[in-house]
Amino acid sequence: MATRPMTGGMTGTTADWRDFLALTKPRVMSLVVFTGLCGLLAAPASIHPVLAFTAILCIALGAGGAGALNQWYEADLDIKMKRTANRPLPAGRMDRQSALHFGVGLSFFSVILLGVATNWLAASILAASILFYVFVYTVWLKRRTPQNIVIGGAAGAFPPLIGWAAATGDIAPLPLALFALIFFWTPPHFWALALFVRTDYANAGVPMLPVVAGEVATRRQIFGYTAIMAVAAMAPVLLRLTGLVYGLSALLLTGIFAVLAFQVSVRRESDPARMKPERRLFAYSIFYLFLMFGAVVADRWVMA
Amino acid sequence: MTEDEEKQVRATQRSRALVTAALLGALVVLFYLITIAKIGGG
Repeated sequence: MATRPMTGGMTGTTADWRDFLALTKPRVMSLVVFTGLCGLLAAPASIHPVLAFTAILCIALGAGGAGALNQWYEADLDIKMKRTANRPLPAGRMDRQSALHFGVGLSFFSVILLGVATNWLAASILAASILFYVFVYTVWLKRRTPQNIVIGGAAGAFPPLIGWAAATGDIAPLPLALFALIFFWTPPHFWALALFVRTDYANAGVPMLPVVAGEVATRRQIFGYTAIMAVAAMAPVLLRLTGLVYGLSALLLTGIFAVLAFQVSVRRESDPARMKPERRLFAYSIFYLFLMFGAVVADRWVMA
Repeated sequence: MTEDEEKQVRATQRSRALVTAALLGALVVLFYLITIAKIGGG
């Protein structure tokens, strides 16, 4: 991310290309791209490599457009949080209109390109995920309810469906199970983070669960959602949609997740500096999702 | 605007223009490849 000091009044015309890149939230995008790619690779259909590449590119561009619109709408919140204060808009390196145009342009472009290159079902799901992230999560839920990330998590759960739909032209039980896995993974993932950046969210007035319901309730909910996530993680095996490779991986990886979540749920630490297990759960949750999706693809390839 | 500030603005504009040009070039190649893939598949 660029850190140049900017001269007032010229910010609109002088935002660096790196600022536009930062607007797309590249780090969030990596997980989105990976789960989308796995959805595409797990699909029982062959797709031309160029079209597969285009599909993944469109998922990335769509996520980038949604991320830009999110930052456009949330600049007033971002300026109040340490974690986000150096983003291009709150730091004053870019004017709001540039961010809006960039976000809308990228979103339309990604949907149209995906529709033309693959099929309009995949493009429709991509459009729905962008609209869901921007309007349902960012505009409607985030500032109003601690359930913001529970329902908003659906936006991040769409990529495997899009990847699968791009390859096959339809939707099947396996990508729906993967959707459920990401959907129920999101609360423990985000609330682990919210526990140790609680003051940041409180200062910005975002009603994250630790701010509104307190830490004890958050810790309990983390474990509760982990239990539901475990069911979603095992669903592909129980429904015989995947084989032994995924089954054993899911059992082991989800078991570790449950142990870490349990540790967090029984602790009563409120000093962020001493929240090592919470940080460990957050870090592991990212690693977990990568490995679980890797296991789906590995399973498909081994079984084939 | 001082001379230094103008230089900085011009440098930023130049780098943005170069990145935009590179992206447009990449899109031209991508659209060509998509067309070939579509013709081949159809």
